[in-house]
Amino acid sequence: MYFHSVTLDRDRCKGCTNCIKRCPTEAIRVRDGKAKIIKEKCIDCGECVRVCPYHAKVVVTDDIGMMENYKYKIALPAPSLYGQFKDMTIGDILTSLQSCGFDEVFEVAYAADIVSYITRNIVKTKDYKRPIISSACPAIVRLIQQRFPSLMDNILDIMPPVEVAGKIARDEAKKKTGLKDEEIGVFFVSPCAAKVTSVKNPIGIEKSYINGVFSMRDVYSMILDKRKFVEKKIDHTSSMIGVGWANAGGESYGTSLENCLFVDGIQNVIGVLEDIELGKLDDIDFFEGLACVGGCVGGPLTVANNFVARNRIMKLKEKLNKDEATKKYIEVDFNEFMLNVKLKKSDVLNLDEDIDKAIDMMNSIDEIYKSLPGLDCGSCGSPGCRALAEDIVKGFASEYDCIFKLKDRIKILAEEINKLSIKIPPVIGSDKEVKP
Amino acid sequence: MKPYTMDFDVKARDFSSAGESSSKFRKTLLMLSIPSDIVRRASIAAYEAEMNIVIHSYGGKMHFEIYSDKIVIIAEDTGPGIKDLELAMKEGYSTAPKEVIEMGFGAGMGLPNMKRNADTMEIVNHDESGTKIVMTINF
Ligand code: SF4
Ligand code: SF4
Repeated sequence: MYFHSVTLDRDRCKGCTNCIKRCPTEAIRVRDGKAKIIKEKCIDCGECVRVCPYHAKVVVTDDIGMMENYKYKIALPAPSLYGQFKDMTIGDILTSLQSCGFDEVFEVAYAADIVSYITRNIVKTKDYKRPIISSACPAIVRLIQQRFPSLMDNILDIMPPVEVAGKIARDEAKKKTGLKDEEIGVFFVSPCAAKVTSVKNPIGIEKSYINGVFSMRDVYSMILDKRKFVEKKIDHTSSMIGVGWANAGGESYGTSLENCLFVDGIQNVIGVLEDIELGKLDDIDFFEGLACVGGCVGGPLTVANNFVARNRIMKLKEKLNKDEATKKYIEVDFNEFMLNVKLKKSDVLNLDEDIDKAIDMMNSIDEIYKSLPGLDCGSCGSPGCRALAEDIVKGFASEYDCIFKLKDRIKILAEEINKLSIKIPPVIGSDKEVKP
Repeated sequence: MKPYTMDFDVKARDFSSAGESSSKFRKTLLMLSIPSDIVRRASIAAYEAEMNIVIHSYGGKMHFEIYSDKIVIIAEDTGPGIKDLELAMKEGYSTAPKEVIEMGFGAGMGLPNMKRNADTMEIVNHDESGTKIVMTINF
């Protein structure tokens, strides 16, 4: 079964319909007064988590207690973690994180350095379709599978930094400790709901190298608790390029390609992907699309305001050097870090796989749509009138879910009842003549 | 079999809604299970035709017919026609006004791009009374 990180806390949901309209893939309906996520359509972008006034949309992450199932525990902090704390150096953060019960901390920023290094080299030798599209944001990759399948060939086939980090950390720990694979636990400290999902349902690889994903929010308070007691001892290894991945544009910068375009915010990304498909952006070498405003520093599991966090990342970067980090991995075989499972197009938008049948359904949708008021109010529980018409034809909704339709119908019935009520049965009284 | 049809009015020089009909057409193709490379080609052909109406004409219409084995796109406007068709078919040749080119449109790729992406393209009419172009894409 497909696992989703974004889920509903039923008790908190008021059925207010705020989220259904903001969902970029129209994946939410309100039914029986509660928001229902259509799991095949959801890309875990986190928009509904941000928009729900009652905090009824929750990002399910792993319980920190699961660490205890492993002999050797490795934490993989996302680069965005460095932007969450005031007056803490990267070294302070890493040391405090390690003292939360991990045997080792391995920076995802360091893996991002390696991914940038591979990207810089591979684009020189391999013939990619332009623009090359980043594979780093899983919400965007899933969006492309669903809405822009013709662009799947443009996606860069390198593993995202978190998986590169997982693989290297795991392999090194095995060598160092002699422990078995299943005795080593690798845990990602995530700003992101979509990445929780892609650890359970990997994109482009057979199996994830990560055992669990912890919410940055949960880890944040643990780090604050530890910070007073630890003396700085861990030195970080990532360069300004890897740390820069926390912000939108960081990956682009790392490619060293001349003509890069980075776009944040899921609706903005959709607009630009349309332009790419129309061939309007063929002059762009690299496209970095990020679902969250600001990039991963704006992820739904972060704590700090994303503008503040973005600024902190910029400040931290200034103190770092450029490419020290990758030196050790220059000899590495790139093939180890390439995606090797072909991406599949998603068919969830299709009304029916048979085109003739789909055309029939589309004609019925149009007919029903014409009879609806066109207010897109959402009171029916679908994101708009067109979506309700679709739901009706697919058999998930009824015409009278529309309150205006229902009101009209009640009016007609009431008039009918009124008319009938005036009629008096002949037994009680009627001056009608009786004819033979 | 009855096709699925879509009709849109396209206003001249209305850049704020330019491309909307092609975008709706594109979404419809996805819902109708049309293969993704056909979706891409049809969207490009439709977009270029729509932009031609926005940039060059006095206004017009886009009409789409979707069958189980082909797509027909008809772009029709109310003038002023195409003066030199042979030149207009050349890549990079543009008669778009300067301010439109400055906005990043009208690069002179419209007709050539439509021809490249459609299987057949017929320019039914291109005199002062208007231009009518019929394109088909088979699959
Ligand atoms: S925004 Fe959605 S999840 Fe939140 S209360 Fe309203 S309907 Fe429920
Ligand atoms: S921008 Fe970053 S945090 Fe947001 S969905 Fe994409 S990968 Fe996750």
